[in-house]
Amino acid sequence: MAHADTVIDDTIFHLEDDHGHAESGSSTMLGFWIYLMSDCLIFAMLFAVYGVLGGNYAAGPAPKDLFDLPLVALNTTMLLLSSITYGFAMLEMAKGRVRPMQVWLVITGLFGLAFLGIELYEFAHFIHEGATPQRSGFLSSFFTLVGTHGLHVTFGLVWLVVLMVQVSRHGLIAANQRRLMCLSMFWHFLDVIWIGVFTFVYLMGMLR
Amino acid sequence: MFDNPALLKAIFGRLTLESLPLHEPIVVATFIVVALGGIALVGALTYFKLWGYLWREWFTSVDHKRIGVMYMVLGIVMLLRGFSDAIMMRLQQAMAFGGSEGYLNSHHYDQIFTAHGVIMIFFVAMPLVTGLMNFVVPLQIGARDVSFPFLNNFSFWMTVGGAVIVMMSLFVGEFARTGWLAYPPLSGIGYSPDVGVDYYIWALQVAGVGTLLSGVNLVCTIVKMRAPGMTMMRMPIFTWTALCTNVLIVAAFPVLTAVLALLALDRYVGTNFFTNDFGGNPMMYVNLIWIWGHPEVYILILPAFGIFSEVTSAFCGKRLFGYTSMVYATIVITILSYLVWLHHFFTMGSGASVNSFFGITTMIISIPTGAKIFNWLFTMYRGRIRFELPMMWTVAFMLTFTVGGMTGVLLAVPPADFVLHNSLFLVAHFHNVIIGGVLFGLFAGISYWFPKAFGFRLDPFWGKMSFWFWVVGFWFAFMPLYILGLMGVTRRLRTFEDPSLQIWFIIAAFGAFLILLGILSFLIQIFVSVRRREQLRDDTGDPWDGRTLEWATSSPPPAYNFAFTPVIHDLDTWADMKNRGYQRPLTGFHDIHMPRNTGAGVILAGLSVVLAVALIWYIWWLAIVSFVALIGYAIAHTFNYDRDFHIPSSDVTRVEDERTRLLAATSQAG
Repeated sequence: MAHADTVIDDTIFHLEDDHGHAESGSSTMLGFWIYLMSDCLIFAMLFAVYGVLGGNYAAGPAPKDLFDLPLVALNTTMLLLSSITYGFAMLEMAKGRVRPMQVWLVITGLFGLAFLGIELYEFAHFIHEGATPQRSGFLSSFFTLVGTHGLHVTFGLVWLVVLMVQVSRHGLIAANQRRLMCLSMFWHFLDVIWIGVFTFVYLMGMLR
Repeated sequence: MFDNPALLKAIFGRLTLESLPLHEPIVVATFIVVALGGIALVGALTYFKLWGYLWREWFTSVDHKRIGVMYMVLGIVMLLRGFSDAIMMRLQQAMAFGGSEGYLNSHHYDQIFTAHGVIMIFFVAMPLVTGLMNFVVPLQIGARDVSFPFLNNFSFWMTVGGAVIVMMSLFVGEFARTGWLAYPPLSGIGYSPDVGVDYYIWALQVAGVGTLLSGVNLVCTIVKMRAPGMTMMRMPIFTWTALCTNVLIVAAFPVLTAVLALLALDRYVGTNFFTNDFGGNPMMYVNLIWIWGHPEVYILILPAFGIFSEVTSAFCGKRLFGYTSMVYATIVITILSYLVWLHHFFTMGSGASVNSFFGITTMIISIPTGAKIFNWLFTMYRGRIRFELPMMWTVAFMLTFTVGGMTGVLLAVPPADFVLHNSLFLVAHFHNVIIGGVLFGLFAGISYWFPKAFGFRLDPFWGKMSFWFWVVGFWFAFMPLYILGLMGVTRRLRTFEDPSLQIWFIIAAFGAFLILLGILSFLIQIFVSVRRREQLRDDTGDPWDGRTLEWATSSPPPAYNFAFTPVIHDLDTWADMKNRGYQRPLTGFHDIHMPRNTGAGVILAGLSVVLAVALIWYIWWLAIVSFVALIGYAIAHTFNYDRDFHIPSSDVTRVEDERTRLLAATSQAG
């Protein structure tokens, strides 16, 4: 039944030489990517919620009364720059240079901290003005969407510090490189989400 | 010091002695029974010195087969709880006529119908489905384990954590009284100020993490770890349905996580997502939860379809009819399951066009499903059918599920739905598809793969008892509900006025009693089978003359599944290998690289449960401590790089030689 040219392959029912879990590294990248997509869905949902509730001011403040675009622009710059510097860190990793990579990671972390600092300042300012998450459906969905992104950045920063310690202990072994790649995807992913936030929440909010 | 209420509140939050339901005699009696049973179990485990064994070999195991078995045990234990709720409801409804209040007060009854739904879906159906996928999929694709073995263990324990939280609510505080999807504003803090809804939220959040991660894990496993030669269109159909199901899990569970987080924010922080005032929108909750909820029912039924396909093909002794159409039907159902959620609330008032769209998409789903039914029928046509237990469940499924599918199409017509919405007709419909589809499928799967997991078959006599009690019981329990629903009886009622309805509820209660006998027979079946395991033993690893790869290895399979990675040439791999005179390799074994067991999953899940309990009872200091411990432990775990080891080739040789000896003995005896 088998074709003549495939007859040799057809009689082999198992591999003599085995590699077991050798490909687990590539699985990790795919797995983390799938996880990121599920996280993306959470954001998609929060965007949808903001889309539904974003105009429900309940006689409270509206985006135009609150948002300070220059501040948000500065904030956005911090996050975008942190993505670029993470990219530089990954370039150094590819060259196997630990020290410059760690320096770029520190710079990435500082940009991330600056982003969080500005965001917290903005939140504090809103709350001080009476624009609390409890004030209206608009503010509930605003704080939750932007705050969830902020929590992700915070988590990314903790992860960054942990990875820096692990790299300093074990160097750029395969496991650490894989982890750095995962954090890289995570960090850029947060950048993409923020571009959505910046566009749909802040820019379009000012147009409403 | 302890008469200072502020201090007590700081330490215990809102947990007080009054939180214990001592005034509910039924709950107290249940508690005593459960406590005695628990003490007996713990005592027995201690007496027989089994704790160390369980911890080393099972709780900390990263072996997908053991985790699969533990999922099944969890599902079966929770089935007993979920069914107790069911039969209590049936008794109450059969009694509460003509001014009688029945035996359950409304406070308790409302918790029971909520807990029944939550437990049956999240802690019975989900663990059983996930357990089977975990056990079977890596074997079917010729892999040594899943992609992320530790994550698999962690996922399991998070699911257990969710179950523990639900069970706790029975004895400490109360469970939600809102129905299984906890619609606001009823589930908001204004109408449900107690801990019930918080138990609901945190149980599902903890279990949801586990479900999502196991979804990621299995998708990755199926995509990345198939044996060489197994192209997508050579994957066994159960693996195909598992792939689609896990894609659905990854694409649906984040929505549940997010919507429950928003409900939690409304309750804890006072935001206005689903409130009636300050710009909130309760119907948004209903939309969002059904965007998760509808895919969820396909998450449950698709693997059952996969099981029926494997069983039909194996017990008819031929290749599945229309494999390709089966695959495409599965994929089409996967996609369509995302486009129908609004049929759960046609009465929302979204207008004729929207309702028509969702009505039509719903009806379209019956086309691929119908194609599947025909594929099974044509597989049976001119097949050499063996009516073993799995095949009996399959035939019962085809008859029962078709009725459920037809009532589903009926409900998909918006004007009909306006009449039947929220009625017992709906209750009958979804039990018809979930029992007749998912549960029958799981029983077929359990009796089909049990010999693979343990090396001996399940006792057929008690299996048939269970089968007949279940099937007949199902028809007795739910056909009356169709009739009552058509007469306009709404769901979740505790007492009734019209005495002419009582007979139908009595028939339904009789059906529930038959199902009770079915469950007991199932438990007896397991007990008897363990007792008679020497007579029921199967040393070949292939008791049913199976066709897929899991039957190629021994029963139970060794830790490494396959000594050599198999090479696949055909759809029904093992049938192909047998046809072409495959010779099992007897020498030349190598070291095998395997992941190491770890207790981290148990510890992380345990800390999550503590965190959840602290949040439920407003014990803020404990919430902070357990959160910090959780993050700290997770970080510490990442510092452990030593996660795998090699099974030495001498061990592999010893295991394989033992199998050679057993196979030789069987073929001589045969």
